[in-house]
Amino acid sequence: MRTASPTGLRRVEHCMGTVFSIDVRTPDADPAAIDEVVTWLHWVDRTFSTYRETSEISRLDRNAISLDDCSPDVVEVLRRCAELADDTEGYFDCHNDGRLDPSGYVKGWAIERASDLLTTAGAGDHCVNGGGDVQCAGAPAPDRSWHVGIAHPLRPATTIATVEGRDLAVATSGTAERGRHIVDPHTGERPDRFASITVVGRRIAGVDAYATAAFAMGERAPAWLTARGLSALLVRPDGSVLRTPSAGVVNSGS
Amino acid sequence: MKRVLFAVLGTALGLVALLSFKTQGKPLATPPGGLPSAAVSAPASTGGQSSTSTATSAPPNPSTSSASPTTKKYVGSAVQTRYGIVQVQVVASSSHIASVSFVQLTAFDGRSQEINSAAAPILLQETIDAQSAHIDTVSGATYTTDGYEQSLQSALDQAGIK
Repeated sequence: MRTASPTGLRRVEHCMGTVFSIDVRTPDADPAAIDEVVTWLHWVDRTFSTYRETSEISRLDRNAISLDDCSPDVVEVLRRCAELADDTEGYFDCHNDGRLDPSGYVKGWAIERASDLLTTAGAGDHCVNGGGDVQCAGAPAPDRSWHVGIAHPLRPATTIATVEGRDLAVATSGTAERGRHIVDPHTGERPDRFASITVVGRRIAGVDAYATAAFAMGERAPAWLTARGLSALLVRPDGSVLRTPSAGVVNSGS
Repeated sequence: MKRVLFAVLGTALGLVALLSFKTQGKPLATPPGGLPSAAVSAPASTGGQSSTSTATSAPPNPSTSSASPTTKKYVGSAVQTRYGIVQVQVVASSSHIASVSFVQLTAFDGRSQEINSAAAPILLQETIDAQSAHIDTVSGATYTTDGYEQSLQSALDQAGIK
């Protein structure tokens, strides 16, 4: 599906049980850069998937190998997961049903690294969207910044807000879509105080983890996000919207 | 070209309602205390007429307006949702997306009224380029492969992949 177009290079890749959209706007970017990203994403899937018996994560979980046998990327991911658990009062958790499951971090991290790969390859103006988690870099055109729509959690195929920026990461956690069931690791319950929580920042790996943790927190999420200085948009199940003070509503044209 | 047109078409019982709201040029007040207000409501249609809200900004480059002869329309597959059948439609020229609209075919009841009075999009932080308004990508709660096929992102990708 890779083709050149007046707007650059674009590729849609099914991986990790979801879909990645890679949108490169750098003029005359090398298509090999996108191939490299696709290769990377599938390597991540093979290495980290909890659905594959042969993945390093699966083998590590059943003690078939030790951490010393794992690739440096696995060690890095697990270290970051541990830091994020500390950072989020345990609400970010890389275990699921008693098994090792860092997939809540892996996708965002894979997107962030994919973005870095594109920049290194000379394709610095791009956007990588993995299952609704977004890392934008550079700009889509010389005269404007990236526009990231935030999906309305209650009304399919509509957006509830738009975020604009150049180097921009946007992650949304919620109940609207299947594929990830967030559980409060402290109670085992599924949070229902918000339909979705969107966190905006610069780097998607951390932003995604914070969105997941905040969603698991339930009612405490707005206060926690605010205390951390994070920009977030929170949508209640009745459709009402909260935002943190740093997520200012901006008048366009001003 | 630089305007974004979000349209929700509700069709049933002979009634057609067309709502469009822009993501730019619409001063959104920042209420003290932080709850964003729902600033734009739908022009309610009456009796089979369709109505469209005013698009106030002139395209900065007329040659690439959505009326360009090179404009193409991409329509996603219809998806049954709890709000009825939803279909995503993207109109794009050779170089940009002119509009994204949502064709909805559903019973004209309280629910579709609610959809038609949808809250205005909220512009969050970051610098705003007054010329810009279209959406490049969409952030949403993690979707599966099947969920992607029904998503706005899928429609944007179709429009971007010639």
